[in-house]
Amino acid sequence: MEQAGTDEQPLLRVEGVTLQYKTREHLVTATYRVDFEVFPSDRFVLLGPSGCGKSTLLKAVGGYLNPVEGRIVLKGATVTKPGPDRVMVFQEFDQLLPWKTVKQNVMFALEASGRLSGPEAADRAMAYIEKVKLTRFADNYPHMLSGGMKQRVAIARGMAMEPDILLMDEPFAALDALTRRKMQDELLQLWEDTHFTVLFVTHSIPEAIRIGNRILLLSPHPGQVKAELNSDGTDPEDPDTNERLSERIHRMLFAEINSIEEPPIHA
Amino acid sequence: MPSARALRPEFVREQVQEHDFNVVNKPLGAWERIRDNAVARRLFILAVLACIWQGYASYLDNSLVLPTFSETMRTFLSRIANGELVLKSWVSIKVLLQGYMIGLVLALVLTILAMASRLGNDLLETLTAMLNPLPAIALLPLALIWLGLGDPSIIFVLVHAVMWPIALNTHSGFMGVSGTMRMVGRNYGLSGVRFVGKILIPAAFPSILSGLKIGWAFAWRTLIAAELVFGTSSGSGGLGWFIYENKNLLDIPAVFSGLFTVIIIGLLIENFVFRIIEQRTIRKWGMHS
Repeated sequence: MEQAGTDEQPLLRVEGVTLQYKTREHLVTATYRVDFEVFPSDRFVLLGPSGCGKSTLLKAVGGYLNPVEGRIVLKGATVTKPGPDRVMVFQEFDQLLPWKTVKQNVMFALEASGRLSGPEAADRAMAYIEKVKLTRFADNYPHMLSGGMKQRVAIARGMAMEPDILLMDEPFAALDALTRRKMQDELLQLWEDTHFTVLFVTHSIPEAIRIGNRILLLSPHPGQVKAELNSDGTDPEDPDTNERLSERIHRMLFAEINSIEEPPIHA
Repeated sequence: MPSARALRPEFVREQVQEHDFNVVNKPLGAWERIRDNAVARRLFILAVLACIWQGYASYLDNSLVLPTFSETMRTFLSRIANGELVLKSWVSIKVLLQGYMIGLVLALVLTILAMASRLGNDLLETLTAMLNPLPAIALLPLALIWLGLGDPSIIFVLVHAVMWPIALNTHSGFMGVSGTMRMVGRNYGLSGVRFVGKILIPAAFPSILSGLKIGWAFAWRTLIAAELVFGTSSGSGGLGWFIYENKNLLDIPAVFSGLFTVIIIGLLIENFVFRIIEQRTIRKWGMHS
């Protein structure tokens, strides 16, 4: 099955995935029969309000959680457990190991996974630290860095692994607005360099439009696919409906909620 | 009508260059530095305490009850010079280190078992709940029956003193390692022993270190107490025996110098060994709370 105009195979296929997890009292269905395909060099964004299971979905792609129904296939192989071919970048700052310097954190990933060792790992680590402009801080410990710098280290660590796909779980959500904006630009710049494939989770519509070339909208409780849209990084106006992309997304995500809570105002 | 607020002019300023600031790095005065130095402040407190001791003991003038500070120091120095205190301390510390190491290894094994399975976890929690409140010294009579008069009995008691606090702290440290950090470890393919060694132990190090400190304090107290209770163990006794023996000889200044040695060793370990470990690990890593 080939896409029109391209002979590329999807890198990642998520097929009818239903995810459930247990809390103390309940069995919660996080997503219900979600399908999507990610192609090489895609910046694929999972967008939805809280409770739509987007983070859980990302963890399932990471291999931390197995679907109760459906399957996740990366390069033809079913994902069953975490592995260094899918590197996660988390929102939390404590994803960096505090007892290692910036350089050691990046090297640790390469060495623990058996990718590289010794001087080769050091060279690769420094190359990626330079890409995120942290060469001056290579020998600093994470607690000496600002939040934005920590996230840049985490991104450098993920990219240094040169994984098949980079999984980013709201990586900029804990940053202040100015830093977040700068980090988004930097991420796009890095993508211009190497055209890596990234699966990016966010609840911010502007962030999704800026980062993504393809946006999957999920509706909440449980997460189901609502739509899949293209984005060119701007927020264009659709000539037919005079509606901006962000307005369209907003309407799709929140229309039902609004219609339940309050009657539509306009005719 | 436009308010006065809107009429205020906008402005942009040039930033002042760094070399234009008057004070960038001004060294503090000597007196200020001494007052900021914790060691200096504590030495001052010690000096005051020594003065009070000296004054009260001179007033009592009864070295069988309370020898003066200067007399205690003289005895202390002469007993160190003739090698007696050094030898006794060494005997005590040697036994202590054996007990401490065995206790540490057992605590780690137990904790790793607890991390590996739910049953191991229940085992650890039940055992620590039962045995941690039990003073180690209370086991000494039993140890004497089982292992006889000698070092093995003391080591047995020491292991008991060390193991539970270390196991308890290490376990709670492991449990407190954040989910994110665990996922990071698993992401890079770590599992089993490598996961414990490369993620759990360093991540839980603040708790482990405080367990090691508590374990050390328990062991040191238990050791001196055990030596006091049944005196000599294997020919040459330790510090506890030194104190006991000199009390029987009514050499009270020597009793005081024995106590003084116990305190000094405790302080040295706390302030040098543990302080240095702390500075090189959790302080450097920004993990102290």
